[in-house]
Amino acid sequence: MGRKELGLAVLIVGIAAITAGLNPQFLSTVNLMNMANLIGLFGIFSIGQGLIIITGGIDLSVGSIFALLGVVFLDLTANMGIAWPIAVLVVLALGLLMGLVHGLLVTRLGLQPFVVTLCGLLIYRGAARYYTGDSTISLGYAEGLDAITWLAAGRSFGVPHSFFALILVAIVVGVVLHRSVFGRYLFGVGRNEEAARYSGIRTGAVVTGAYVLGGLLAAFSTILLVFYTSSVSPSSFGNFYELYAIAAAVLGGCSLRGGEGSVLGIVLGTVLLQVLQNLVNILGIPSSLNFAVMGGVILIGALADRQLARRKTAPARVAAKGAVAAAE
Amino acid sequence: MLLELEGIGKSYPGIRALDGVSLHLDAGEVLGLVGENGAGKSTLMKVLGGVVQPDAGRIRLHGRDFPQLSVAEAGAQGIAFVHQELSVFDNLDVAANVLMGREPVWGGPLQLVNRQAARAAVAPLLARLGADFGPEAPVATLSIAQRQMVEIARALSMRARIIIFDEPTSSLTLSETDRLLATIAALREAGTGIIYISHRLGEITTCADRVTCLRDGRVVGHLARGEINHATMTRLMIGRDLKSLYTPPAAMPREDGGLRIEGLVTEAFPDRSIDLALRPGEILGLAGLVGAGRTSLARALFGVEPALAGRISLGGQALSIGSPREAIAQGIYLVPEDRKRSGLVLDMSIAENVSLPDLPDHARAGLVQGGSEARAAEAQRQSLRIRAPGVAVKAGTLSGGNQQKVVLGKWLAMRPRALIFDEPTRGVDVGAKGEIYALMRGLADRGVAVLMISSDMEEVIGVSDRVAVMHEGRIAGTLERHEVNEPNILRLATGQRPEEHVATAEAV
Repeated sequence: MGRKELGLAVLIVGIAAITAGLNPQFLSTVNLMNMANLIGLFGIFSIGQGLIIITGGIDLSVGSIFALLGVVFLDLTANMGIAWPIAVLVVLALGLLMGLVHGLLVTRLGLQPFVVTLCGLLIYRGAARYYTGDSTISLGYAEGLDAITWLAAGRSFGVPHSFFALILVAIVVGVVLHRSVFGRYLFGVGRNEEAARYSGIRTGAVVTGAYVLGGLLAAFSTILLVFYTSSVSPSSFGNFYELYAIAAAVLGGCSLRGGEGSVLGIVLGTVLLQVLQNLVNILGIPSSLNFAVMGGVILIGALADRQLARRKTAPARVAAKGAVAAAE
Repeated sequence: MLLELEGIGKSYPGIRALDGVSLHLDAGEVLGLVGENGAGKSTLMKVLGGVVQPDAGRIRLHGRDFPQLSVAEAGAQGIAFVHQELSVFDNLDVAANVLMGREPVWGGPLQLVNRQAARAAVAPLLARLGADFGPEAPVATLSIAQRQMVEIARALSMRARIIIFDEPTSSLTLSETDRLLATIAALREAGTGIIYISHRLGEITTCADRVTCLRDGRVVGHLARGEINHATMTRLMIGRDLKSLYTPPAAMPREDGGLRIEGLVTEAFPDRSIDLALRPGEILGLAGLVGAGRTSLARALFGVEPALAGRISLGGQALSIGSPREAIAQGIYLVPEDRKRSGLVLDMSIAENVSLPDLPDHARAGLVQGGSEARAAEAQRQSLRIRAPGVAVKAGTLSGGNQQKVVLGKWLAMRPRALIFDEPTRGVDVGAKGEIYALMRGLADRGVAVLMISSDMEEVIGVSDRVAVMHEGRIAGTLERHEVNEPNILRLATGQRPEEHVATAEAV
């Protein structure tokens, strides 16, 4: 666990302790499991966002992907009565495809990630609203969805499945990012694309891979989110969720310059955001202040991090010099 | 006396960067400041610029004593810098750059910039420097030499009385260097005091009135005008005489095999083609002026900018190289010119940098095996004598010479067949230079074809077995060892024939 992750964990525990002190309801099983569910839902696509941020990119289209894939999924299952495994595969394939298109636009055509995914944000949202004529689709009384409903929104041992899904995704992506060749390339390309290319790495493929994984994780999240809300209204479903993901990744130590970040950090970032949301509710703070509280905490976190980094690098640089001099 | 430093000292935990440094500078003289990397030149200049505060000694400027300077005081006292890495704003025009922070304004609350006045103020400065561009030229369209001119104009516009040039010629062509030296001579005539820092001892010999040499943070000697030459300066810098660089190959290079280039056309010169044969076991120097197409050739061989036409063969086998990945698969490796940008990921450790090109070989089922990676890097650290406490140290914390060794370690941990060095010792100190030359010779003796692109004449002459000289996109001629000397290389580089005309036919 690095310095950033440790700092985050301490901050989470501190905030949780204070909240629990003010209102013991915070630690009730119902509340904790509720939070676990939200952490699971938001954590998965935040990890996808983090991968893209590590390449030095960004994905603004996540929320709109939820809306478009959400209506597609409900249309396939609830309206057309297509078997859910097929619908799931279609949604995952579409997510993968969107990620691939974003990746290719960025790497092959040299467009800026911000621009590509901003266009995605607008296009997918528009497409979702057009698809349904701006009306809400709901699960309703669709049949044959009991199994997937249980898988996506059920609980085992009292713990929501979305939380298990997050743990699984975090472990798999964590191993890929921190132990695999692909993960190493991701950090190398994010930090210094040219040096990576001069080392024979197919930098375009690596970056595109991150967008594909991001798209896939967004599609996976869509299914969980659809069963969480049971209905999708295309103009509001998933609104602002890309910003939650970016906030979680940045809180978790991903640098927007690329080449920095960890899965554990992103998960902790998500936990912190959800704890803050919960705190607003449980302490009776007007819920309209929700965003302001979140923004304030992120700002304070960034400031504290900056101060710590400044205090740390000054002596560290000299120490490294000293070590080199001593070796000579 | 313009400037006098007395007993300047500066310590960081564990190192004494400066120790009792004293020097002085008069109006109308050029002081050459020499020393290896890490000798304390940069720290001393930072003290003068007000960026670093000394812990001991005093600075006397125009007869006034300062225990230390702030950046603002240094500027107010007329100290200006022309940096190695140029600090111009290339999105603005020349006048805006020269007058940055001191723009003439129309009156009124809006403080709009008076562009006419700005241009009128800058034009005479440019004229004085003999610049071939006007104050309205966008900096983005200027060459590096012209941008340097902009920086000098900025120094003049601030009425600088002391101008410090820090490695000003590292990216200039020969003729641009000559012009810069002429400009410096003119500034000196006008009474400006100049401190000139360079690794290129030839330039110091040309322009300096006196030389002060630093080693390990101390002044180790002063040379008067008559004593300035390569040998005296080198002796002071490294504390001993430098042996002749050249070591002959262990065996005669074989004529067959090696890297053959026929009719290669690069993007930089679409109407020229290059023919070159690089024998296994030799070091072929590639000389030429900046912009002659040497780096384009290296980039084409390494697949960074695939060639437009032509054939490349290695060991008799024709290759198609469309990307660095394909070049690396064939055993053709490049040690690039800009190691910080293209050679290393500075934020990664030595081990992670060394393993980057062959990471799949250190992985099982797609997962990196840290042990295998660390062992390979440690082997390189020891054999290349990289001065670092361990391979987990970040590459960015190392000195230039040690960084270059890490770049080399990347390739030596694999199987090189042809190795291209682009300016292998730029920013590397004298001691590490010798080690890098020895490594190149060792590689050649193992049968690797070594191509060394260099603008450093001493290096080209001292290290190469043969020298190919480029001029405007083609090989102007190839010199055998006994013909390799400065006048011959310069003649070919400037498009003339060499005096003892022999080898040009062979190169084709």
